[in-house]
Amino acid sequence: MQNKASVELHMVRPNQAAGARIPLVDGVEKVTGKAQYTADLEARGALVGAILRSPYAHAEIINIDVSKARALAGVKAVITGDDCGVAFGILPISELEFPLAKGKLRYRGDAVAAVAAVDEKTAQLALDLIELEVRELPAYFTIKEALADGAIAIHERREGNVERKVDDEFGDVETGFSAADLVMERSYHCAEVTHAHMEPHAALAEYDVERDLMTLQSVTQVPYYVHLMLSQCLDMDSSRIRVIKPFVGGGFGARTETLNLEVIACLLARVAGGVVRLKLSREETFLTHKGRPETDIIMKMGLTQSGKITAVQAQVAQRGGAYGGYGVITILYSGALLHAIYDIANIKFEGQRVLTNTPGCGAMRGHGTVNVRFAFESLLDTMACELGMDPIAVRRANLLSPEFETVNGLKGLSYGLPECLDWVEEASAWQQKRGAMPVGKGVGIGCSHFVSGAGKPVHWTGEPHATIILKLDFDGGITIFTGASDIGQGSSTILTQTVAQVLGVDYSRLRVIANDSAITPKDNGSYSSRVTVYVGNAALDAANNLKQILLQAAAVKLDCRADQVECLGEAYQVQGLPNTLISFADVVAQAIKGGGTINVKGTYFVPREHQGLGKQRGAAVGSTPGFSYGATVAEVSVDQDTGQISVDKIWVAHDCGFAINPMSVEGQVQGGVWMGLAQAISEQTRYTNGLHMDANFIDYRFPSIVESPDIEVKMIEPGDPNGPFGAKEASEGALSSILAAVASAVRDAIGIEMNATPMTADRILAKLIAREKQAKRQQPRKQEAR
Amino acid sequence: MPTNSKMILRVLVNGIAREDLIPVNMLLVNYLRDVVGVTGTKTGCDGGECGACTILVNGEPLLSCIELAARVAGKQLETIESLAHNGRMSTLQRSFHEQLGTQCGFCTPGMIMASEALLRQQSTPTDQQIKTALEGNLCRCTGYVKIIESVRTAIKLNGDV
Repeated sequence: MQNKASVELHMVRPNQAAGARIPLVDGVEKVTGKAQYTADLEARGALVGAILRSPYAHAEIINIDVSKARALAGVKAVITGDDCGVAFGILPISELEFPLAKGKLRYRGDAVAAVAAVDEKTAQLALDLIELEVRELPAYFTIKEALADGAIAIHERREGNVERKVDDEFGDVETGFSAADLVMERSYHCAEVTHAHMEPHAALAEYDVERDLMTLQSVTQVPYYVHLMLSQCLDMDSSRIRVIKPFVGGGFGARTETLNLEVIACLLARVAGGVVRLKLSREETFLTHKGRPETDIIMKMGLTQSGKITAVQAQVAQRGGAYGGYGVITILYSGALLHAIYDIANIKFEGQRVLTNTPGCGAMRGHGTVNVRFAFESLLDTMACELGMDPIAVRRANLLSPEFETVNGLKGLSYGLPECLDWVEEASAWQQKRGAMPVGKGVGIGCSHFVSGAGKPVHWTGEPHATIILKLDFDGGITIFTGASDIGQGSSTILTQTVAQVLGVDYSRLRVIANDSAITPKDNGSYSSRVTVYVGNAALDAANNLKQILLQAAAVKLDCRADQVECLGEAYQVQGLPNTLISFADVVAQAIKGGGTINVKGTYFVPREHQGLGKQRGAAVGSTPGFSYGATVAEVSVDQDTGQISVDKIWVAHDCGFAINPMSVEGQVQGGVWMGLAQAISEQTRYTNGLHMDANFIDYRFPSIVESPDIEVKMIEPGDPNGPFGAKEASEGALSSILAAVASAVRDAIGIEMNATPMTADRILAKLIAREKQAKRQQPRKQEAR
Repeated sequence: MPTNSKMILRVLVNGIAREDLIPVNMLLVNYLRDVVGVTGTKTGCDGGECGACTILVNGEPLLSCIELAARVAGKQLETIESLAHNGRMSTLQRSFHEQLGTQCGFCTPGMIMASEALLRQQSTPTDQQIKTALEGNLCRCTGYVKIIESVRTAIKLNGDV
């Protein structure tokens, strides 16, 4: 294993800073094929790891006989649940998963045993030689089955198969409903979806027997959390573990918790006393899952004649799969983010997260909010139609004002949703199109929001929420050390732009070294869209600290006070006196004289009032330094003979506070909305008796380039006082809006209300046929020729 | 033929003549990645579904994950590593870089090689032709908008030369 691969080293382009459309600092590697992803890392002599997976959905393990596998020539390690008795999980309250199953198998695909062998063929042979003896148990594939009387607990510590129940009421919904002119209730259903990042899961583990040191390189978004779980499961002091993140081919939330393969690779490496490479197939990557759960929603809303929302009640049930994962947070997000988008005084939320014998769900882009937002926005659209109101007008009747505090204790300082609505209305020619296009064509709207980082980290330690280290040395180069995980979203680029902006230096002086626990400062990782605001603010702080040192040094050199020094990018002078000009090199030489190499640190703490002000259990969930907002209009065509939707164009306005890199924001918003579109029209994972029926890219359908519409993006930039240069998140906020926008457009096109995703041709056709039958039944009897 | 029998493969990889002893049933993508050591070509699926492994064989795009190495004997293979000249990115590579046609980068080598094949056959394709040529290349990050813009930019830059 090479250390070279352990760092991302990027020289960047000159003379551009915050607000500039610059390419990714690691883009050259990606387009030339030099970027090394986990499966690309050179590891001479690495053993090949492989995992035996359960063919049973729910079974008690009687015996696992690995003797024949162990005896096979070329096999270096065979491990089972007996080799690790420590459970893990992303939430300390929900550590239900073992690296390899102990006692029970809980879904078809659960890890039973693992081997490391000299080559792939031997590893596969070894798996075939493992004899598994079980007693099958009744398995539960739906929420209803898992909750039925007499259902046995999938986990001992979770009686009744409920992972978490939430019951929160803010204000008084009954009073709210009685004040409404129109109250409606609808049921919605969203199929389970998964991240389907293009890079399959992989891990490379090296165990140094002599020194008792473990090094893991893997596909993670959260190296720090992986580090914690390795220490726990391997029972090794964390100082003996090193976690490195190479290039990562997407994540979208799949890799925001420790995955069993990461622990398994390390266990194998320790037993074998060497290097083990574990590459999962695409099918196994689907089975590892951690995606967005199948969700049933009953949404009830009250509106006055003028469209003001008087009360909202949501009952949400999520099929969580076989392990806890992020489930508690997911169900809390579903309730918490009913708030903070519109001004609503009365909200009641009843949530239920259920364990089932299907692959475990987790966090996925728009965590916990997407399906509920689909239901909310769809019901709002339905009720606006009922009231004869324009769907945009009904949203305008419910806007918040900046510096709001919601009834559940969430605080936001900026709010660009009004401007988002204005732009999509104008750009899409909404007023000319809605209700006025030929039959089969229509436009629809949806709105959404998301946090720019979760107010409280998963493991609350009292440390800063983010830390950045900058190094300046004799060469005049500045290195940014960060634990922030660039998984393609461009975080290293944003940090570079931030530091360049503060210091005013040439881009070519900056390089980023990221994600090596032996080198870079701890970071909680890339989840909940936290990096731009959290790590960005830490970078801002570090750069300001470095700038102070440079100004002091310049003052000595210029023989003046620090506050008299004027920084002109790469030159300094006494304010207003060009004849005193000295170079950046002069200032650096002065700065390191006496003290040597300069290392400065910057940190960021989320302000207390942005960590959740509510008293309810789980009140921190939903809290954030700043909410992003999005409004989306979709234009669709529906073929009434086949039921097939095609989405012709999408307009999306996203309030990102301030775009540190407008090109990158556009790319994130386009990608996010496209991912929501894919969920809206085609994505779903289906199971037959627990067997995954869609674990490949043929059956798990998302739009190809041919089926994908143009997505026009407008950035709304009100500036948020908590963000670096006013920035908020840019990747998740607009995603949820597209699902309801498509449903709204289908209604506009063919007058049919869609209450389920994906809106497949089959589903739409069934509704069209039902409508036709209904119409026939209502015709006079004599026309029913017989 | 028994699955463990071997053969000598003679091919031209990125302009260099090679002669390697390989198993007869070795997939082309594994030959490139594990024997030649060019890892720009990616495996994103379990066979022929995602396009990340697209390379050029005698100038034609091919999914190297569902082709046997044995079947390209005597042919010219081009991978993403071949496009840059003396360290300078090709026009397509530069366009994908500068127009953000890449995010996570995993689909990018396949996407660029499929685009390269198109532009060699048709120097000024329409948007529809670009989409048809890239239909077999999946991307999960971009929503494809900036991928199309990247190819368009490359077409424009090529026209300006």
